[in-house]
Order: sequence, then structure tokens, then C-alpha cells
Amino acid sequence: MRDVAIIGVGINKWGELWEKSLRDVWVEAALLAMDDAGVDHIDSIYTGSMSSGLFVSQEHLASLLADYLGECPAQSTRVESACASGGVSARMAYLEVASGQSDIVLATGVEKMTDVDGGGATFALATAADQEYEVYNGVTFPGLYAMIARAHMEKYGTTLEQLAHVAVKAHKHGAKNPVAQYPFEVTLEGVMDSVMVADPLRILHCSPITDGAAALVMCPLEMAKKLSKNKPIKILASVNATDTIALHNRKDFTTINSTVKAAEKAYRVSGKTPGDIDVVEVHDCFTIAEICVVEDLGFVEKGKGGAAAESGLTDLGGKIPVNMSGGLKSKGHPVGATGCAQLVELTRQLRGESGERQVEGAKVALAQNMGGTGGSSVVHILEVA
Amino acid sequence: MSTAQRYWREIPRRYRLEAAKCTKCGFIAYPHRAICPQCKNREFTAINLSMNCKLLTYTVIHVAPSQFEGQAPYTVGVVETEEGGRLTANIADVEPEDLKVGMPLRLEFRLIQEDGDQGVLCYGHKAVPA
Repeated sequence: MRDVAIIGVGINKWGELWEKSLRDVWVEAALLAMDDAGVDHIDSIYTGSMSSGLFVSQEHLASLLADYLGECPAQSTRVESACASGGVSARMAYLEVASGQSDIVLATGVEKMTDVDGGGATFALATAADQEYEVYNGVTFPGLYAMIARAHMEKYGTTLEQLAHVAVKAHKHGAKNPVAQYPFEVTLEGVMDSVMVADPLRILHCSPITDGAAALVMCPLEMAKKLSKNKPIKILASVNATDTIALHNRKDFTTINSTVKAAEKAYRVSGKTPGDIDVVEVHDCFTIAEICVVEDLGFVEKGKGGAAAESGLTDLGGKIPVNMSGGLKSKGHPVGATGCAQLVELTRQLRGESGERQVEGAKVALAQNMGGTGGSSVVHILEVA
Repeated sequence: MSTAQRYWREIPRRYRLEAAKCTKCGFIAYPHRAICPQCKNREFTAINLSMNCKLLTYTVIHVAPSQFEGQAPYTVGVVETEEGGRLTANIADVEPEDLKVGMPLRLEFRLIQEDGDQGVLCYGHKAVPA
């Protein structure tokens, strides 16, 4: 297997992009990544999209997107793993370069979510849960994470204030990210008084509905210097793991075991430990998700994730800066794009290009992206080459 | 709207709580499975889940999917039956403030939802105070 580097990244402004179609937002991000890398062609494309069929009635993205990028007859593949589709897309691109099958590979993710109304989006997102045995009985995605939150509060004494601190922190950093959907700060009181969605989770505990895309150009590390002027970022580990699709079949509702298992392997193959990681992006689709995942990645003891957010441990300047991009909460969550967008953020952090939200001297970074309630997780570890 | 067979196919599980018990390790599969996720055994004994269960976690849904909009706010939880079968179920006939993790509940056959404007009435089990 060859070592693989990220040599180009692209992300456009996220939000409710009513004037743009799925192909518009995707091509913008793809071209930004190609221009950033300085490459003029692509050998193979991967696209993570959770549900383009339900959101814009369009399947066959492999053809559509290669066509509109002007890259036919390049190999092109669409992958799906719910909200982890982007992370899986990056992993497939990594494997294709590592295996020697292709040299210049584009890893992308996209979701165009505002072409359906709120009910349509809720329906599409719920397809990441067990349709026959969870969704049938009226549970929603916020509802599933609310049940995780309840279990965490019961077991570890996690408080509503600690949950709210995760949202406040996300927006504090997102306010420094020009591509974020909601680049403004929120107050603790504002979060705690916001509209109830699924008790105890309120609207400001939830990531939004977003249109957006993100893209990365990967190549063999040994070719990186020749192909691009950018500082190459080496992918040390790219790992995927699964867990039961239904939350109710988990032994412990507070542990995202797919993340635990993916992280264990990622640390092993990279030779890194949680203490070596300088900057992290996690899948904070809901505030409780960040609390569970910060624990499950080994950054804090199980049960201390809430305290980590409250004490500033995960802030810029803290011991383990988490979600400098603003996370899913402030940056937005176009589901299929999120996994790639995390890697865009971390690549820029490792290059030292993150401006006001830069983690000074960051050398090693970790991204955690998950689908559903953690039925699938992808963990990447990156390092300055 | 789904075709009737999608609903009909699930009737044994939804109406009668038919489940399967692994003959080797005792894992309770609800719904049935071809292979045990714990021990890989492929032999199961057919069982019916009992109606007695306990509450493991819960939430009150305020923003509901379209087919449940008329019911919001409503309570949904995860319950575990005496045999160890797990269900996500609507919790009825109790105020959310009276719920406690670990409390005993009982499953009851109820109307769950209506599938579309002219669709079938969809039945299943809700959990109610024991």
C-alpha cells in the first residue's frame, strides 16, 4: 500500500442555497479543491451523499457529477452510509490511491436538503434509523439522540448546562468560519430557552438543515510535492466500523461503539495516542453526540464529556480543541458532505491556514464522522508530512 | 405510500411480538434473524415476548414526523421485556414527569399510525404503566 496525501481542499459557503442546485454546489467545491491542489484532471471521483433520491429525486450522482465537472470518462462512484457518507467517501478515495489503482482521486460529499420542506427532510433523515422498528413507532432523529442524552444524564449526572455549553462553544468557533451557515455566537441562556424539539434537546442543541458540499484531492505522498505547491497532509489512518442500526439493541446507550472500535484501530495503525492529537473535528449532530464522542475517542474519561465542554477543555486554547470549524451545529450539516468538510478543516489547520480559529502549531489531527445514531463511524488521523 | 405487503409482512412481530431465542447463547432476536450476532449460531427457538417490560430511556417528541403530527407532544422510549427483548415504543397513558428510568411498564396492543390519507391503519404495541 502507498502512503496517501491530501494536496487540495475545497468548500463553498454553506446555508440555505435556494438559487443553487445539487450539481451547482458540488461542482463549486470540486473546482475549489482542484484549483487549490493545482491539478487539471482527476482519475477517479468518490461522492458521499446520504439521500439525493429523497432530497432532490436524483440518483446516479456518479455520472451527473463527473459530467458537470467535465471529467468524463473518469471513474466515478457514489457511496452512502447515512451521515457518515462523506467520511466513507474519503476512505474509499484513500484506499484507491493507496492500492495503486489511481493517482489523482477526488473525495467529495454533497447534500442539497432545502429542495424539500421540513417534513420531507425529517422523513429523509429518519431513513438512517431502523424504519420498521424505530421510525414506525414515531421516533425522530432528535428523539433518538434525546434518549442517548437522557441515558447519559442518568448514568453520569451530565447536566442541561453542560449540553448547552457544547452549542455555545460550536458557535463561538463557527463565528470565525466564513463558510459556516450560522457564523454567529449564541448564549447559554439562549440555548437553554430555545424551542423544545425532543426533550431534553432543544432546537439549539440540533445541527441544522443545510445545502453544501466539500471536496479533497488525494494522491500518493511521493507524488505530492511534484503535483502541488501545498504542504502535503499525510493520511495516517482511515478506518470504518459499524454498530447495530437500532439504538435499542445497544448494551450501553451512552457509548458509540462504532467510534470506539474505529478509533482503537486508527490509533493502532497510526501509532498515535489521544494525547498526540492537536486538533479534532467530531460529529456533533446534536450536543450530546459531541459529549459521547469526546469520551469514546479517549480524550476524557467516560462520563466526563459534559465537564470537558463546560470547563473549556475542548475550546480553542484548551487541551483538546474540538470543532474549530463550528462543527455541524454552527457550520451546518449537509449530511453527505460533513465527513469531507471535517477533513477540509483539519487539512487547513495542519497547513496553518485557519486564521482566527487556528490551533497554533497543530501537527496531528483527528476526524470522527458517524451515520445515524452511530450505526457507522469513520475515523481519520492526519499528520503534516 | 407503501404497498400493503410491506405492512402485512411485519404483522407477526408487531401484533404478536413474535421473536426468536438463540439456542446456543440465549440472545433474543426481535425481529427474528438468520444468524446470532453474539455467537454466530443459526438455530433459534420461536418465542413470543411477554408484555411485561421496564423503561430504559425516553424522550418527549415535540417536533413530529407528518404521520404523528396530530399526536405531538408524545413520549417514546426504549423498553426491555422480561426475556431481554428490546423495543422502541410509544409510551401512553402517563405524564412524562411521572416517568422514571427503570420503572415497570406493560406492552399493550394499540393503533400506532395511519399510513397516508387513505392508507392502512397501522397497529403495534405501546407501553403503558404496569
